[in-house]
Amino acid sequence: MEKNLNKKPMRRRPWALGVVIFLGLIASGGGYAFATQGVQTNVTGSAEQIEEGRKLFLANCATCHGSNGEGAIGGPSLIGVGAASVDFQVGTGRMPGQASGPQLYKKPVQFTEEQIAAMASYVASLAPGPAIPSEEILRTDGDPTHGGELFRINCAMCHNAVGAGGALTEGKFAPSLDGVTEKHIYEAMITGPQNMPVFNDANLTPEDKKDIITYLKYVEQNDSVGGLELGSIGPVAEGLFTWIFGLGFIIAITVWLGAKAN
Amino acid sequence: MSELEQYSAGSRTNIERPIKDPGLEPHRERMTDKSERHARNAERQVALLFGLSVIGAIIAVWGFFAFPIVGGDLTATRNGAFWMGIGIALSLLGIGFGAVHWAKTLMPDAEVSEDRHVARSSDETRAKAVEIIKLADGESGFTRRKLIRRSLYGALAFFPIPAVIIFGDLGPSVGDTLKHTMWRSGTRLTKDPTGIPIKASEVTIGSVFHVIPEGLSELEHHKLEEKAKAAVLLVRVNPSDLKEDPAKAGWSYDGIVAYSKICTHVGCPVALYEQHTHHLLCPCHQSTFDLADHCKVVFGPASRPLPQLPITVDAEGYLVAQSDFLEPVGPSFWDMRK
Amino acid sequence: MSTSTEPQTALGKTANYLDERLTVGSVLKNFGRKVFPDHWSFMLGEVAMYSFVILILSGTFLTFYFQPSMAHTIYEGSYAPLKGAEMTVAYSSSLDISFDIRGGLLMRQVHHWAALLFVASAGLHMLRVFFTGAFRKPRELNWLVGFFLFLAGMGAGFTGYSLPDDLLSGNGLRIIDGMIKGIPVIGPSVSSGFFGGEFPGTEVIARLYSLHIMIIPAVIIALLAVHLMMVVIHKHTHYPGPGRRDDNVVGYPLMPVYVAKAGGFFFLVFGVIAAISATFTINPIWNYGPYDPSPVSAGTQPDWYIGWLDGALRLAPGHLDLHVFGFVIPMGVMLPLVVSLLFLAVVAAYPFIEAWVTGDRREHHLLDRPRNAPTRTAIGAAGVTFYAVLWAGASTDLIAVFFQMSLNHVLTAMQILLIIGPVLAYWITKRTCLSLQRKDREIALHGRETGRVVRLPHGEYIEIHEPVDKYELWKLVDFKDYEPIMPRPNKNGRITLGTKIRASLSKFYFEDRIAPVSKTEYELAHADQAPSAAVEEPKRKPKQIKAKK
Repeated sequence: MEKNLNKKPMRRRPWALGVVIFLGLIASGGGYAFATQGVQTNVTGSAEQIEEGRKLFLANCATCHGSNGEGAIGGPSLIGVGAASVDFQVGTGRMPGQASGPQLYKKPVQFTEEQIAAMASYVASLAPGPAIPSEEILRTDGDPTHGGELFRINCAMCHNAVGAGGALTEGKFAPSLDGVTEKHIYEAMITGPQNMPVFNDANLTPEDKKDIITYLKYVEQNDSVGGLELGSIGPVAEGLFTWIFGLGFIIAITVWLGAKAN
Repeated sequence: MSELEQYSAGSRTNIERPIKDPGLEPHRERMTDKSERHARNAERQVALLFGLSVIGAIIAVWGFFAFPIVGGDLTATRNGAFWMGIGIALSLLGIGFGAVHWAKTLMPDAEVSEDRHVARSSDETRAKAVEIIKLADGESGFTRRKLIRRSLYGALAFFPIPAVIIFGDLGPSVGDTLKHTMWRSGTRLTKDPTGIPIKASEVTIGSVFHVIPEGLSELEHHKLEEKAKAAVLLVRVNPSDLKEDPAKAGWSYDGIVAYSKICTHVGCPVALYEQHTHHLLCPCHQSTFDLADHCKVVFGPASRPLPQLPITVDAEGYLVAQSDFLEPVGPSFWDMRK
Repeated sequence: MSTSTEPQTALGKTANYLDERLTVGSVLKNFGRKVFPDHWSFMLGEVAMYSFVILILSGTFLTFYFQPSMAHTIYEGSYAPLKGAEMTVAYSSSLDISFDIRGGLLMRQVHHWAALLFVASAGLHMLRVFFTGAFRKPRELNWLVGFFLFLAGMGAGFTGYSLPDDLLSGNGLRIIDGMIKGIPVIGPSVSSGFFGGEFPGTEVIARLYSLHIMIIPAVIIALLAVHLMMVVIHKHTHYPGPGRRDDNVVGYPLMPVYVAKAGGFFFLVFGVIAAISATFTINPIWNYGPYDPSPVSAGTQPDWYIGWLDGALRLAPGHLDLHVFGFVIPMGVMLPLVVSLLFLAVVAAYPFIEAWVTGDRREHHLLDRPRNAPTRTAIGAAGVTFYAVLWAGASTDLIAVFFQMSLNHVLTAMQILLIIGPVLAYWITKRTCLSLQRKDREIALHGRETGRVVRLPHGEYIEIHEPVDKYELWKLVDFKDYEPIMPRPNKNGRITLGTKIRASLSKFYFEDRIAPVSKTEYELAHADQAPSAAVEEPKRKPKQIKAKK
């Protein structure tokens, strides 16, 4: 079999550039989409949803936050806070805010999921901001060891080593994380509600956040090997228990021991 | 009473009581004293309690063998601890309640009186004791021979000294280790614990980064010792909110400030950052520092503001230190200003 | 040469063998029927002693597994959130004890619960001794021994819970280091000596281990031996009552009653600790992670008995640092340190102070009912309040979160309470004691109010009072009563400063007093009654029960 030695040398083909550009766009766009798949969802809702959200906003939020979310006496500007903020604040019942005080408390949620999604779309439409995290990034299949290490460095000083909560100054507090959904934990990290700092993706990457949530859920779902936990708040509870129940029971025994039999 | 009365009663009064001491109350019989049936019941109860104890011990042994720990199975750990503990508790409580119940119901409960004597020895004994001392003194010449006595005191005073000095290598001399940290001019600020450097653009308003100097995460030795001095908090505030002493104006970068994380009270990490108030709270004793005003102390037992780390950016936009801290970090100490 | 009959039974032969070598017969004769008074409040010291035995037993188990090394290792045990994490061998071995060794977690929990109970019962025992005046002659030295036992217990606890090198206890060590560094002149050197260099170093866990398993237990055992020896020599005190005097002791004989009760009590204390340890988590070190100087948990408190010192650190006002010739004295450290030491000094010295004030040189074996020593009881209440406010001060952040209050308000409130609390407690307690004494007088003189009201023929209404029987009456009137000392000139005719101070303290102690009912008073109160009505019979007649065979 004769080899074809008359191969023409490689020639430029005009449409090749188009192909390269097209492939490049797919690669970079797809790569970007793949890399940020954990974060961006629902970047913009439909026009109906945004309008629905606007109506809800005007009825429930505008008195404090201004009719265009620009802020007013009762509340700060919501321009740029993103859908994640709304989903967190309204989804945990903190908003609509009621009694004024050093900090908002969780209350019974006042809106349905559709309504929350609508308001979130509306606020997101005002300006770009943190989006509601995807289900992928919220799956608790991260690394709990790494998550625990990050949690202790970045979060435990306010929320306690296992998320039992803690005090801040002047009546503010970092709430307990027990029973808080993965989504809300993520949103709190990314939006920094009230005096909680913002943990942007450069500080704690989406993978880092997933690991932290995995760690928190492990602790929440696994009972302590030692038995009943006394609130996981440490030696104070243990000391109180010793004095009240330990000594109390033993003193009851001593009184019985020293009393005359019938 | 005369034995006790040999001493002065001080300012005690001597009011005559309305009645004399009526003596011990008459003994009140228990059911088990009066009735054989009750006594036998009590006996059975004691035996039952001792029997429960045996059951408890068996449960404890069973608990040990019934829950072998196969790597990663925490329920076995929990169950083993629980059943062994309950078994041991039952075995102990059974004996305890049994023994006490036996004493209360079946052993005599009539009160008995025993005489006391004052601690003081009798005059005779004391005289003999003094005699012995005097004899020993005379025979040894302790009082008489001043030279021996005084040189003995000298020796006794000196011999313990090596016992103290020999502990001299417990720790190296402090030198100026407390006054220097790992930070140098050009050291990059990196994330704790990964060591990834931080760009100024990544530090957005309201965020807080926990920072260690570049190179610390790779240290083989002295990692925690260096971290205990070099840990830093990195925060960006709105430049208009930041009060700046003209002498330290160049220490921040576009509203980004870096402060030592080690509390100047007794050294805990001052890690709580309140985004809106710009306050740093130490969780140990609640010292509060105002980050927008040179971290001066606004509440709590600390006195000294947190030392500021002068920072700037390098050519690639990463945050770097301009130098080491200009004062010692952490708790204040005696010669820290020398 | 013995002509006595040879022992026949196994027990007899054993007893004979031992007696021929150890004179056990004499021991049994002297101690076998020793009398111990029976009151539940006398058992608190026993609780402490038994807890200590339990600590030794559980601690011995732990020493076979714990490794006090600060070398670095990677954890590969059963607890998933720490798998692969870098930590010291000390922490890793503690995790292994907790998760991967059968009985390990149980023994760790028994050890820690017993430690908390040891110091708590010792403290309560000290309070009982204080409020009943059991520290008076001849027991002043035993009070000092007990005082050092309490301190040693605190030291044993602190060194113990710092051994696992976890984040919580590691921060505690960091605080101790900060305090040591703040001591003038020698601070930084002592810190370097303790940690073997810069904090945290690689030596401190092993040194704490040596302190915890050897040095401090040796001190405790030695002091405990002296403590118990003195109880045997002095015999135990007893509460006042019929038949009880300063020159006797009323109670039950050692054998068999006390052997059974006190021996049984050991099993009960151990059993309670075991039951608690089987069901309640204590010190979950896996939650805190390994010690690192950067992270910290909210709610960082020491074990309860160190709480008052942590509270002192929190309550100290800031901005008080002294600058002396360019040297720094951090008052945020020195103020709590000095105040705590002063408090301890007063506690240790109290028996000697009170003895000096009363001038009473007699032995006391009858206890005081607290109401009958109003000033001492009030001083004790003030001291307890001071300690309790400092202790509560260690949990300001938890109080703030739990009661939804401002942390800053809680702290300021406690700072104020620290000063006015003891004063208020003193005043309220003193008045309460005096009122209770007055009530006792009323009952002694006029009997108990029965609530039965009778109308006399001439129209007067009276309430019938039931007189107390002689045993009750004795208990009400038999207490020691002191009056203030008059300052007298010494033999040179001068009234010294010491005498003046003593007289004014004596006035502080005894100026407000309720004197016991005197014979004359009592006779006057009962003058209108027939002599036989001065009740001689016991108030309660024993029930006549037909016992069935």
